[in-house]
Amino acid sequence: MKKLCRQSRKSISYAKWGYIFLLPFFVVFIIFTLIPLASTIYYSFFENYMSGLTQIGPKFIGLDNYRKILLESDLPKYAWNTFLIWTLGFIPQILISLVLALWFSSKRLDLKFTRFYKTVIYMPNLIMAAAFSMLFFALFSDVGPVNNILIALGHQPFSFLQSVSGNRGLIALMNFLLWFGNTTILIMAAVMGIDDSIIEAAQIDGAGPWKTFIHVTLPSIRPILVYVIITSMIGGIQMFDVPQILTNGRGGPNRSSMTLIMYLNNHLYSKNYGLAGALSVILLIATSLLSLIVYRNLTEKE
Amino acid sequence: MRIEQEIRIRKFNKALIYLVLILLTLICLFPFYLLIVNATRAHSEIQKGFSATFGSFFWTNLKNVLDNKQLPVLRGIVNSFLIAASSALLATYFSALTAFSIHVYDLKLKQFIFSVILLIMMIPNQVYALGFVRWMGTLGLMDSHIPLILPAVSSPVVFYFMLSYMQSNLPLAMIEAARMDGASEFRIFNQMVLPIMKPAIAVQAIFTFVGSWNNYFIPSLIIRTADKKTLPILIAQLRSADYLKFDMGQVYMLIFLAIIPILIIYIFLSKYIVRGVAVGAVKE
Repeated sequence: MKKLCRQSRKSISYAKWGYIFLLPFFVVFIIFTLIPLASTIYYSFFENYMSGLTQIGPKFIGLDNYRKILLESDLPKYAWNTFLIWTLGFIPQILISLVLALWFSSKRLDLKFTRFYKTVIYMPNLIMAAAFSMLFFALFSDVGPVNNILIALGHQPFSFLQSVSGNRGLIALMNFLLWFGNTTILIMAAVMGIDDSIIEAAQIDGAGPWKTFIHVTLPSIRPILVYVIITSMIGGIQMFDVPQILTNGRGGPNRSSMTLIMYLNNHLYSKNYGLAGALSVILLIATSLLSLIVYRNLTEKE
Repeated sequence: MRIEQEIRIRKFNKALIYLVLILLTLICLFPFYLLIVNATRAHSEIQKGFSATFGSFFWTNLKNVLDNKQLPVLRGIVNSFLIAASSALLATYFSALTAFSIHVYDLKLKQFIFSVILLIMMIPNQVYALGFVRWMGTLGLMDSHIPLILPAVSSPVVFYFMLSYMQSNLPLAMIEAARMDGASEFRIFNQMVLPIMKPAIAVQAIFTFVGSWNNYFIPSLIIRTADKKTLPILIAQLRSADYLKFDMGQVYMLIFLAIIPILIIYIFLSKYIVRGVAVGAVKE
């Protein structure tokens, strides 16, 4: 009995260390995430902006900022831009990544140099998006190398940065290049994790490659596909560096490439704290809903 | 006859696949090839048109961009490096420590704490940038590097990777044995657990370093003074400057300086980095 008591006391004293080790993480989390998050929500209920040099507010106005940003601003347009550019980049990204992952992991094909290809296609993911965008700006400008090559090949030069499709296309292309290697590696890891015997069983049952893919491979990698799609959507909502640098913050012709975070950034710079707050909360709700799906996806596997 | 035909089709398919792979490789490498070529050419040469061969102005461009009075490039490199290196150090050490406490100790709120961390993991910091920037103002931390470094202590993603790694590589019996030998909990972590975690720490340190080195949104809201600016801010500044009047050799050289250090790290450590990408997201 005495021994038992001592033991339980001992395990309590170990747990004490566990809480102490958690402390730095949570103190920093409270200071640099939780307080900013709470105050962002708080600011969204106040009228607070600069009119010329005079400060208006802060004055509590309830949900008026939400009404303004949802009904009276260009928010729907920027949400549409963001969605369109994200889709333009993501569809080729997921399709090409899926095909590459199947090729790389196929024993029947037994491709050579797969490590080299994987290394090269993943590389852009580590590049500074701002620098990558500046590079594309220089390469695709009216007097840049790409137009030089077009002229040398006998084509008309094309003003990529003065056209709506040019801007959106370049941003989508950059997003694709930055991310398809990452997606390939994730999907490949899932494909490699499929038990060979399941595939063999399907083949013995007479399933061809396409049927095997639809009925065996695809259901097996469903969790990672959900993970890729949702994290990419969250990444899409965050889209900023690439379009900001490419269009110098202006969003291209007629703001056709202005994204949600660029719009938020503009409000932050012009000290429109009320509207910035409402916009932030809307984005917070959207990303939280998406996060919930990832969370369920990650914990399901346990 | 049929088998021969099938083999021929298969060979043709394989050739086609290699062609696609080579094409994708070229698309990935071409922008960097153009970057390196143009970083070695003089402004006047670049203006004249495209060239596939290297120029001889690499050192001139490098010297010009480092001496540029409007852009404190050298300071930018030093600032970016110090911020990224400190972030990597803090993120890996404290994430390992947090993962250790969740993995080893019998905490009452364990499941709750773990759930909270997983839930906040995906929330992007842009959505609370407003509160962050104003709160840093209240704390007197505007125009300081601290708000760019210290938050790394609580890095949910790094924590998640560390925990996955610990679950498969750190047997609890080892901790028990060390306790029997009378080691303190803090010493067990620093002298026994950290060495075991080395591979995970290395990979996560690289990812954190790269993420911080490339970070543009929050630094651009916090930093004002020229001497404190990081490379992405300088690139944005260059973009908003009167572009056509600028020396293009210097423009390409600045992009080169922002990208190349990361590429060099990648060339040497790509094996570990590529392997580290899928850890955590895919459970084996």
